[in-house]
Amino acid sequence: MITLPEIKQISLNGVWTQNSSLVQILGMCPLLAITTSMVNGVSLSIATLVVMALSNFFVACLRNYIPHEIRIPVFILIAAAVVTVVDLGMNAYLHDLYLVLGIFIPLIITNCLVLGRIEVFAAKNSPVGAALDGAMMGIGMVWTLGLLGGIREFIGTGSLFGGIDLVIPSLQPLQILPADYPGFLIGILPPGAFIVLGCFVAWRNWVVARAAARENLPIPAPLATGGCH
Amino acid sequence: MADLNIPDNQETPEDPTAAAEAVRSASILAVFVIFFTLALAFVYFLTKPAIDASAAEEKMRSIGEVLPTAFYDNDLLTDTLELPAVAELGLDDVSTVYRARKAGQPSALVVEAVAPDGYAGKIRMLVAIAANGDLIGVRITLHKETPGLGDYIEPKKDKNKDRPWITQFKGLSLVQVSDADWKVKKDGGRFDYVAGATVTPRAVVKAVHKALKYADANREQLFARSAK
Repeated sequence: MITLPEIKQISLNGVWTQNSSLVQILGMCPLLAITTSMVNGVSLSIATLVVMALSNFFVACLRNYIPHEIRIPVFILIAAAVVTVVDLGMNAYLHDLYLVLGIFIPLIITNCLVLGRIEVFAAKNSPVGAALDGAMMGIGMVWTLGLLGGIREFIGTGSLFGGIDLVIPSLQPLQILPADYPGFLIGILPPGAFIVLGCFVAWRNWVVARAAARENLPIPAPLATGGCH
Repeated sequence: MADLNIPDNQETPEDPTAAAEAVRSASILAVFVIFFTLALAFVYFLTKPAIDASAAEEKMRSIGEVLPTAFYDNDLLTDTLELPAVAELGLDDVSTVYRARKAGQPSALVVEAVAPDGYAGKIRMLVAIAANGDLIGVRITLHKETPGLGDYIEPKKDKNKDRPWITQFKGLSLVQVSDADWKVKKDGGRFDYVAGATVTPRAVVKAVHKALKYADANREQLFARSAK
């Protein structure tokens, strides 16, 4: 099945080493559009997590039956079907959450990360490992997009957790700066996403470089590979 | 496939030709497509009743925000009228008018209207107009205005929780507010706006005004009994 070191490796990979937003720079389109608030960022990431875990799982199950030449259309077909099922299922049985996340769900299929992980990981690994890889990539997204959304929201509006009442009705947004804070609009406009993400990528590279220096290892070149809308 | 002109040094008697390979790939793809289409169709029919029920409930909820239940005793979701694309309402597609009646007497109309000139595209809204021409309420149903700036037209996002911007339409009518006053204060009208986001309220005020005029001019036809 799957061994403990493998689980550790896959998890670390998804959350940090190959973090989708900070290292692979994948899924920039939803990242720019959605991270105007922490709640939006986390919500979309969780929906993506579910989709990635499921589509990775199905692709890994069917991987021996998919001819190499037509793998991409089949992968897209599987991922799109999973997205549609999640969309319909949430609409039918989790309607209140769907009202908040509904517009984001169909967009998940446009996230390169989904196809990327299917191609790189799920097509070559066991179903359980593949599902775990999808989920861990999703967790990597949850914390990155959550933090990114939180920073942008704080700069842009002076509050945090805006919209949490739509997801958990008993909670209220937290006003941190005085209510007459005029809002630094660039935070919540698309340029703000680029600026904050840039700082974020730099921070990650700095942490990696410092950790390497401490262990007297050669300092790795700053990473920002990939890139896709 | 592509290596037909390269001498084949592996002796595989049933080495497939390009055509056979293509047919094989196509059939496998077709099988996948059929299987997933069937699976999706199955899920669609499985979830349809629940989705329809929540869509109807959601519709009643959004109508309920503009029209208090005291105004009607009929079933709003069946007493409807399909409108063709009405330019006066900013609509470029068919829309539904909900007709509220109390004890058989027309009491109010709920129409959809679109402000085509929002800051970020169209702003869709529901407008409830009483039979006497008074505005009962306006609610924005769909917009893409800048978060934190123009989105105060939506009461949920409005920082003024006691008296959200959108509630100032309540009770107004064409008689009460002259045509020249259907503007934001900055343009010399009577409607409030938030500094820095004038395009959005301007578009909404204009659309509400047009919707009122349309309802005023067509009230008899809109209430006429030929439902559906």
